[in-house]
Amino acid sequence: MADLRVNFLGVKSPNPFWLASAPPTDRKVNVERAFRAGWGGVVWKTLGEAGPPVVNVSGARYGAIHGPDRRLIAMNNIELITDRDLEINLREIKEVKRAWPDRALIVSLMVPCDEKSWQDILARVEETECDGVELNFGCPHGMSERGMGSAVGQVPEYVEMVARWCKAHTRMPVIVKLTPNITDVRQPARAAKKGGGDAVSLINTINSIMNIDLDAMTPDVAIDGKGTHGGMCGPAVKPIALSMVSEIARDPACAGLPISAIGGITTWRDAAEFIALGAGTVQVCTAAMTYGFKVVQEMTTGLADYMDAKGYATIEDFRGRAIPSITDWQFLNLNYVAKAEIDQQLCIQCGRCHIVCEDTSHQAIFASLNGKRKFVVNEAECVGCNLCVLVCPVEDCITLVHKVAGVDPRTGLDYARPPGNWTAHPNNPSVAKAAE
Amino acid sequence: MTIAANPPGASDIRPGRLDSATLNANFADLHPPLTFHEAKVEAERCYFCFDAPCQRACPTAIDIPLFIRQIAAGNRAGAAMTILDANIMGGTCSRVCPTETLCEEACVREAAEMKPVTIGQLQRYAVDPVIATGKSPYSRAAPTGKRVAIVGAGPAGLACAHALAVAGVETTIYEPREKSGGLNEYGIAAYKMIDNFAAREAAFILSVGGIEVRYGKALGRDVTLGDLRRDYDAVFLGAGLGSTNKLGLPRETELENVIDAVDYIARLRQAKDLSALPVGRRVLVIGGGMTAIDIAVQSKKLGAETVTMVYRRGPEQMKASRYERELAQTNGVVIRYWARPVSLEGHAGALSGVVFENTHEHAGMLASPGSVFRIEADVLFTAIGQRGAPEALDGAAIEIKDGRIVVDAERRTSLERVWAGGDCVFGGQDLTVSAVEDGKQAALSIAAALGAARA
Repeated sequence: MADLRVNFLGVKSPNPFWLASAPPTDRKVNVERAFRAGWGGVVWKTLGEAGPPVVNVSGARYGAIHGPDRRLIAMNNIELITDRDLEINLREIKEVKRAWPDRALIVSLMVPCDEKSWQDILARVEETECDGVELNFGCPHGMSERGMGSAVGQVPEYVEMVARWCKAHTRMPVIVKLTPNITDVRQPARAAKKGGGDAVSLINTINSIMNIDLDAMTPDVAIDGKGTHGGMCGPAVKPIALSMVSEIARDPACAGLPISAIGGITTWRDAAEFIALGAGTVQVCTAAMTYGFKVVQEMTTGLADYMDAKGYATIEDFRGRAIPSITDWQFLNLNYVAKAEIDQQLCIQCGRCHIVCEDTSHQAIFASLNGKRKFVVNEAECVGCNLCVLVCPVEDCITLVHKVAGVDPRTGLDYARPPGNWTAHPNNPSVAKAAE
Repeated sequence: MTIAANPPGASDIRPGRLDSATLNANFADLHPPLTFHEAKVEAERCYFCFDAPCQRACPTAIDIPLFIRQIAAGNRAGAAMTILDANIMGGTCSRVCPTETLCEEACVREAAEMKPVTIGQLQRYAVDPVIATGKSPYSRAAPTGKRVAIVGAGPAGLACAHALAVAGVETTIYEPREKSGGLNEYGIAAYKMIDNFAAREAAFILSVGGIEVRYGKALGRDVTLGDLRRDYDAVFLGAGLGSTNKLGLPRETELENVIDAVDYIARLRQAKDLSALPVGRRVLVIGGGMTAIDIAVQSKKLGAETVTMVYRRGPEQMKASRYERELAQTNGVVIRYWARPVSLEGHAGALSGVVFENTHEHAGMLASPGSVFRIEADVLFTAIGQRGAPEALDGAAIEIKDGRIVVDAERRTSLERVWAGGDCVFGGQDLTVSAVEDGKQAALSIAAALGAARA
C-alpha cells in the first residue's frame, strides 16, 4: 500500500489532502468533522486583526454555473474573511491542534498592510501551537477594496515586503497564497521567495460574475438588487491553476520553492496531476462544499491505488515528474504526426465528430461510406487536432494515433522524420535570416 | 353486434366488475407527464446528433435534437413550436407514437447504453402547455380565395386543414361522426389519451380559423366525390378505413358476444361512466396489432378475470411492438402465438368458446400440423385489421389497390385535383404520425397547385 504521508515545510500530515482556507475550515466543529472524515490537514479560515470582526452579507453569497444534471462545474463567493471573534478562533485552533496532533493545521491570515499589524497577529497565532501560517494575498472581493487580499497579491513589492515582515516576526513556516488575477504569476511567486516565504499556495479564486438574472437584470446572486464580482473556484478553474502551478514549477527563479496547489481539485486524479507538477500538498474546498467531507475518502484511496499500480511507494516518487514535459510552443516537435482513428465497434453514430470537423475544422471526417451512415477519418485532411476526440460522447471511441510509418497523404511527407521544432524550421523568419 | 347481459347458465358478462375508484386508477395516464426536473435531466441526456437518426426515423421529421436542446436551455415554448411546425398533432403523437420502433429506437443512446432519450415524453412536456391554451399559435396568410374540401376530421384531415389554413386556403371538412379527431377520439387506448385530450387538441388545431367542420356528413351518403370536385378547388380524402375484417367463420355474425374490437373501443372512449360498460369474465382477443393490444389491456383494466390474446404467427411478425406486448403481459394478458381459430362454439345463441388449431410457418406460408385446442370465453373480440371502403368513392376513376387509395409522393391520387392521406391510402403505416405527415405533405402540394403561399 502506497505511503501517502507528506512533509511540507516540516509540517507532517497523513496525506496531502488539506482543506483550503474557506467556509469549511471556519470553526472547530467543521474542522473536527473533516479530520474524522480523513482530511490530512486544514488551512483555517482567514483570521483578521483584533477588534470588531468583519461583517458579511446576510443573503446569497455563493453563485454557480452548472453542467448537465446540475453538476456544479464552478462556484463563486463574496464571503469575506472569518466573521467570528478572533479570540474564539484562536482558542478553537489551539484545542483542535492539541486534539489532532498528527494533522496539519495552518492558519490563514489577512491584516492591514503595516508591519505592526502582522507582528501582532503572528504573536497571537503562535500561541495556538499551529503548524504554520498562510498569508492571504488572494481574496479578490471585498477585502481587496480595503487594501488587503489580492490588492497586496497583485503588487510583487508588497508581497515581498509582507513576507519579509512575517519571517522576521515568527518562527513558523510562512506560505504565501497567490492570486490568479494577475498577468504573470511568476512575479509574485518570485517576490514571495525573495521576501523569505517558505512556500507558495495557488490559486486563489478568480474574479467572476457567474450569471445575469434576465428578469431582474442583476447578477443572479444579488443582495437587494445589486451584486458584485466574486471569486470563482471549482472544477472549471483547474486548468488555469495547473498552468499557473507549472509556470512557477518551471521558473528557474522559483527553483526549490515548495507549492501547495489549489484549484478545482475534485478527485484523486486532479490531485495527482498537481503533484506531478511539483505540488507538495493539495488544497480542496469546492469539492467538499459540493459533496461534503467524505469526498476525501475517494481521493486518498484513488491516489493510493494509482501509486500502487504505478509502483510509486511515496508521493515523492512521482512528485514533479511531469514538469520536464512542459515547454514552450517553439520547442514542440513539428515533425510528429498523429491522426484520429474511430473505433467502429464503439461508435454510436451520433455524428458529432463529423459535424464539428466539417463546420469548424478540417473537413476530415466522412459521414457515410457506400451510402450508409458511417463516420470515418479522411487521413488526407486530418491534422490530428483532437477536436473529434473531445466531442465524442463515448470514452476511447476516437483516439489520436501516432503515425510512424508511411507517407502522410496530407503533406506528402514521411511520417517517420527526425524531430524538428520551430527554432530550426525553414518557415521561421529568424532561421531564414540566420542562414543569409 | 349485441352484447347480452349475463344470460343465465352461459356467458358471464356484466357491467361494474370494478368500482369507480379502481376503474379511475386503472385508466389513469399511462405515462404521467414529466416534471420540470425530470424533463431537464432527460433533455440534458440528448447528444444533439448530426443528421440525427431520431429525426430521420420520425415520419414527420420533427427536429428532435433542436427541440430537446430548447428544453434543456429553458425555452419550452420554442421547443413546442419546433415540434408543431413539423407536426401539428405533436401532442397526440407524443402519447401514442410507437416511439420504441421510431425515434427512440434510432436514438444513439439506445446504441450506447440501451437507454434512449425518452423523446416522446419530452415532446409531450414541450407541447402540452401550448395545447392547454386552446389557441393555435399560428396565424393565417391572407385569404387566397381558394377552397378545399376535406373528407374526414381525423389526423390526416386536420393536419391538412391546418396547413392549408396557414397558407390562406379555406377548408370544409366532411366528418360522418359527431366529433373531430378520428381514431384519436374513437380509437386508441383510453389510458393514452386521458382528460379528453383528443378533443382538446382538435379544438386547438381548429382554432387557427378558416376551417369549417360539417359533422354527420359521410362521403357516399351525404355528399359525393363528384359534388366535392365540382364545388371546391381541390379535395383531400382522409376518411380512414371504413370496415373491419371478419374471421370468416360460421356463426360469426349470428352469435352474441362476438364483437368487433374497433366498435367496442369507440364505445369505451365515448363512455361517460366506465362502470356501465358490459365486461366479460373471460375475454378472448384474436389479432396481433395495436387494436388487439388495446382491447386486451383495456378489458383487463375493466375487470375481466382472464384475457387471452391469440395470434396466428410469432412475436416477430406481430405488428404490436415488444413494448406493447410487454404492456399487455404486465397487465395480466396472456398472449398465445402460432394459433388460428377454426370454429366458434356457442350456447343458447351466445359464444361459449373458440377452437384453435396450432400453426407454424412452412416455406413462408402458414400451415397447421393438425393439433387443436379450445379456449372457453364469454366474449370474443376480433381485431384482425381494417379495410378501406372504396365504395364510398361512388365508382370514381381513382386508382385503388388492396382496398386502399394509391397516391404519389405528394399524396396526389390518380384523379385530378384529388389528394389522399392517412390510413385510407395504400402503403401507409397506419400510424397517427404518418397520417399527419400525409395531411401536411398533401397540403403543401395542394397549396402549390392552387398557387397559394407555401403551407
